[in-house]
Amino acid sequence: MTPSRAFDAILADERRSAMRGAALVSLIVLACLFSLWATGFFDAQRFAESGPAISQLASEMVPPDFSRWQTWLRPLADTLAMSIAGTALAVVISLPLAILAAPNTSPHPAVYFVLRTLLAFLRSVPELILGVLFVAAVGFGALPGVLALSLHSVGMVGKFYAEAIEHVDPKPLEAARAAGASDMQVILHAVLPQVLPQLTDVTIYRWEYHFRASAVLGIVGAGGIGFELMAALRLLNYDQVSAILLSILACVVVVDSIGAFLRKSLK
Amino acid sequence: MLELKGLNRSFGSHRAVRDVTLEIGSGEIVGVIGRSGAGKSTLLRMINRLIDPTSGSILFKGVDVTQLKGAELRDWRRRSAMIFQQFNLVGRLDVLNNVLMGRVGHVSSLRSLTGLWPRDDRAMALSALDQFDIANLAAQRAETLSGGQQQRVAICRALVQEPELLLADEPIASLDPRNTKIVMDALLRINRHYGITVICNLHDLDLAREYCGRLIGMAAGSVVFDGAPEALTPDVARDLYGLEANEVMDPNGGIRAMPMPTPAATVAA
Repeated sequence: MTPSRAFDAILADERRSAMRGAALVSLIVLACLFSLWATGFFDAQRFAESGPAISQLASEMVPPDFSRWQTWLRPLADTLAMSIAGTALAVVISLPLAILAAPNTSPHPAVYFVLRTLLAFLRSVPELILGVLFVAAVGFGALPGVLALSLHSVGMVGKFYAEAIEHVDPKPLEAARAAGASDMQVILHAVLPQVLPQLTDVTIYRWEYHFRASAVLGIVGAGGIGFELMAALRLLNYDQVSAILLSILACVVVVDSIGAFLRKSLK
Repeated sequence: MLELKGLNRSFGSHRAVRDVTLEIGSGEIVGVIGRSGAGKSTLLRMINRLIDPTSGSILFKGVDVTQLKGAELRDWRRRSAMIFQQFNLVGRLDVLNNVLMGRVGHVSSLRSLTGLWPRDDRAMALSALDQFDIANLAAQRAETLSGGQQQRVAICRALVQEPELLLADEPIASLDPRNTKIVMDALLRINRHYGITVICNLHDLDLAREYCGRLIGMAAGSVVFDGAPEALTPDVARDLYGLEANEVMDPNGGIRAMPMPTPAATVAA
């Protein structure tokens, strides 16, 4: 084949792959537009009619009513405690599961497969549903909230941990094994030191998420500030609703900055 | 002391090691030479049982190590330390903890769960580093060290295993000439000073001649030479390397010239 013909072939290949890319992007855009239409987003009339209701709600929310702030302190503290406890529990359960669910540390492909499936199942059950179930099981309060948060998180955290473990450099593992390390020692001395930064990152991210999620869990009676939020909503005290939302926002900002600080100093 | 009898290893249809029978005495320093893919690495890994032989046996002081399992296998690996071409350190971990990894075979299984090293082990690791002039690096992350320093850390890790045998798999292939000398001197010292038997894979013939008391030449998985460095005449060396060179060479090979774009100068003119 002469060079020019070879180049033509390469250029034709390149054009074909560009066309494929363009076709794919058009398909995605079409899917987005269709979904917006199917869910009623292009129904201008509904938006037009909702105008007065929205402005009514907004005017009731402003100014926020902070007069009951003292009764919110305890639920906010509960929410914070729930987020920390939920994270701790999630980490303790996730780590051993992740080791069994990573192909390079799993004792058997069947174990690996079963655990991956279990983790997928756990994260596919929303924590709100878990919250409802645990409230039914152990009664109202922070405890069902913590159980719901951690169980749902095990599915997510376990998956991230397992993926971090899966991608470790295998060479130090080989060295540990060659020195006579048991499986446990290989994990302890060769795997964990390599993945610790990623595990920390995932854990801190999850804690930040837990704080936001536990604020919602109160709605189903699983303790924390969400309970107050639900009560204010039920009583149509929208000025209190906005005050509680602002309080949650303030706490989220604090939690996120503590998270950022931890991330930096644990590196 | 170490006897390999009719050792074979196949990977699929490829026979990496063919019918190797050898005897290696206590305190020897043996260089295994040959080109890449000659089966040197597979041979060494079989001795430490990182790879299991397809057939044959490996006897150490009369015990067939190919039959060992569980705690006995781990103890054998502890006694036959290994050094790797890529050092195989945990980059994020400091140097001292990398050396301490060599102590895994000595701590009780209960204690090992804590991940904490006994004080005596720490002292031993530090003194090992000191012997190779890198004690001052003990607190540094391994990944910040040069290749030569990292390989010395790996040698210290092997040394604190208190092994009877040291298996070095291309220990200097990733190093520059200066670090090559430092690392080879370190291996020689381990052999002379501690009386540890050293088996070292090398593809550099001159280096093997300089440091080893005995050379074993491998080609296409088989031992084709076994003797003193002096016995390895240029003819034998050519046989050893040439045999494989012929096999690797593609009879229809050769690189065809690629057409190039016309130079800009020609276009302008």
